[in-house]
Amino acid sequence: MIALEQVEKNYGKKQALKGVNLIIPPGKIIGLVGENGSGKSTLLKIIAGLTTPSSGTIQVNGIKATRSIASKVAYMPDADVFYPIFSVEKLFRFYETQFEDFNYSKACIVAQYLNIPLEAKLKTLSKGNRGRAKMAATLGREASYYLLDEPFSGFDPLVREDIIKGMIQFTDPETQTVLMSTHEIKEAEPLLDAIILLNHGKILAYEEVETIRDQFRMDSITWMTKLIKEGDLSGNETYR
Amino acid sequence: MSIDFLPDKPIYQQLIDRITGEIIRGNVKPGEKLPSVREYAVEVGVNANTMQRVYKELEMMRISETKRGQGTFVTDNETRLQQLRDEVKEGLVESFLNSIEALGFSKKEMIEFIQTRERGEKQ
Repeated sequence: MIALEQVEKNYGKKQALKGVNLIIPPGKIIGLVGENGSGKSTLLKIIAGLTTPSSGTIQVNGIKATRSIASKVAYMPDADVFYPIFSVEKLFRFYETQFEDFNYSKACIVAQYLNIPLEAKLKTLSKGNRGRAKMAATLGREASYYLLDEPFSGFDPLVREDIIKGMIQFTDPETQTVLMSTHEIKEAEPLLDAIILLNHGKILAYEEVETIRDQFRMDSITWMTKLIKEGDLSGNETYR
Repeated sequence: MSIDFLPDKPIYQQLIDRITGEIIRGNVKPGEKLPSVREYAVEVGVNANTMQRVYKELEMMRISETKRGQGTFVTDNETRLQQLRDEVKEGLVESFLNSIEALGFSKKEMIEFIQTRERGEKQ
């Protein structure tokens, strides 16, 4: 379980996160959505222990998130530049030296599943294949938590579909948790158990996808757009 | 291949409709083995938890049964499958009747129109 209590993050005078309380249970795939600058990447980095909160606490399986939490949490950054001079195989070998939970043969199976040649250098691969390789390296880790920052952004529909299928195929829905930020809500929705909506650094809503459809009779995008508009109109940004 | 889902209905419901549709069409036969939860989830691009729920519901509806260690199979109970056909038919007619009522057509008018149309197609 990931638990955040009253987490705040300031960059200078800018407040990126304002009093975030959040519980993420194990065995779920959860989408983190919201407009640009709403705090999604900051939240992921804080949970991954890559940046420290200005105040508040974050616990992953009861342990305070610091840099050492990286051994429990597989974080996938948004960046396209990803060890360009490495071959895919070298990238996996490097990951093996960095992460105790890295399973080289699993990474190779994922790479094969996504049709990535192991000997190819990352800089010679197409952007889509670099994205697939990055996903294979991330899923190669047998982590309890996968934190993915915009796993679909900038990719064509075929690559997105492959990444989605890789995630379903190679994560265990009973023990592993995926938390991913995304703007591709329509495509991600069938993959998600629940959606967390961030707005101006606060959690505006946290709801199961099927509940949104069943109770509100709308898909996640319509729901999200409606909440953001209502939130901006009333100035009421608090939830839970 | 991933599939498009309607926006205003739970995804698991749409998957149940999809599987029962395949059974009614005869694409999936009585007693036939269904893919595993994971296989089916990957095929249509949905969360494995959602697919688990679909399989659980199908079993509760007595449309499928799970045999320990072997997987999930479509029931070979013909009575239940006939019942399923009737339920789906009932649902279709219900929604058709709602639509024509909303537009003010009478049932009689529609039945006559269908019959005329049928005769026209046969000639």
